[in-house]
Amino acid sequence: MLALLVAQNIAFYIIAALMVVGAIRVVTTKNVMHAALWLVLVLSGAAAQYILLAAEFVAITQVLVYLGAIIVLFLFGIMLTRAKTGNDDDLDNKKSAKFIGAGIGVLLLGLMSFSLIDGFKDTEFGDLTVQRTAEVSDSIFSTYLLPFEVLSVLLLAALIGAIVIARRD
Amino acid sequence: MFLNQFLLLAAILFCIGVYGVLARKNGVLVLMSIELILNAVNINLVAFGAYWHVNDMANVSGQVFALFVIAVAAAEVGVGLALVLLIYRNRQSIDIDDVDMLKG
Repeated sequence: MLALLVAQNIAFYIIAALMVVGAIRVVTTKNVMHAALWLVLVLSGAAAQYILLAAEFVAITQVLVYLGAIIVLFLFGIMLTRAKTGNDDDLDNKKSAKFIGAGIGVLLLGLMSFSLIDGFKDTEFGDLTVQRTAEVSDSIFSTYLLPFEVLSVLLLAALIGAIVIARRD
Repeated sequence: MFLNQFLLLAAILFCIGVYGVLARKNGVLVLMSIELILNAVNINLVAFGAYWHVNDMANVSGQVFALFVIAVAAAEVGVGLALVLLIYRNRQSIDIDDVDMLKG
């Protein structure tokens, strides 16, 4: 049991480091295409973390929806707006705005880490058990049936809206 | 594993995303930063869901909410990219600083 826990921790920290590096590259890189590819690293890292948390169905959905659909959509967006394929110096706001953004980010991080460390000091997970897909579907189609239906209407509306907005007429 | 590991990772990703939204002016990159923020929230939801699942086996609300967030994020990116394309078609650039017609 202890060996498994150590392995889980090592895996967590490696994946977390990759995710943070990827996320920083997404917001700092000078190449739009590279930003999309670094985003792939962050999103697949999140899927791996879901596996560590024994949430298999969300992990698979993350891979299908984010890596399969959303990244492709981003690449389409990049190509259709004819972004420069090489480095582009005109992606960021001016220096002062970047400093203010960084200040707000660091302030927010300090505040959140203080309250998290204060609130959940060393709460442990205990023995994680696999959260079965059958349980998830039972929950969606009983307790959360109404939000589920509302969500499907929202998706339909977003689909029609996107077509109407992007259509050439 | 501590619950805080995952919560702090999510907090870091969230703040990087906030910085991206504030510092970038390319429309597509702002949408990517919003994706980072939504992912951070999802990690939080799944972590809390796993934490509650240990005590209450029938409760998988964390996962269900994470799935809802994923679906809403997909809808958001679809509409967002359609808007970016429309801006590009009208002004041949996707700098959101240029979209200031409401300023007068």
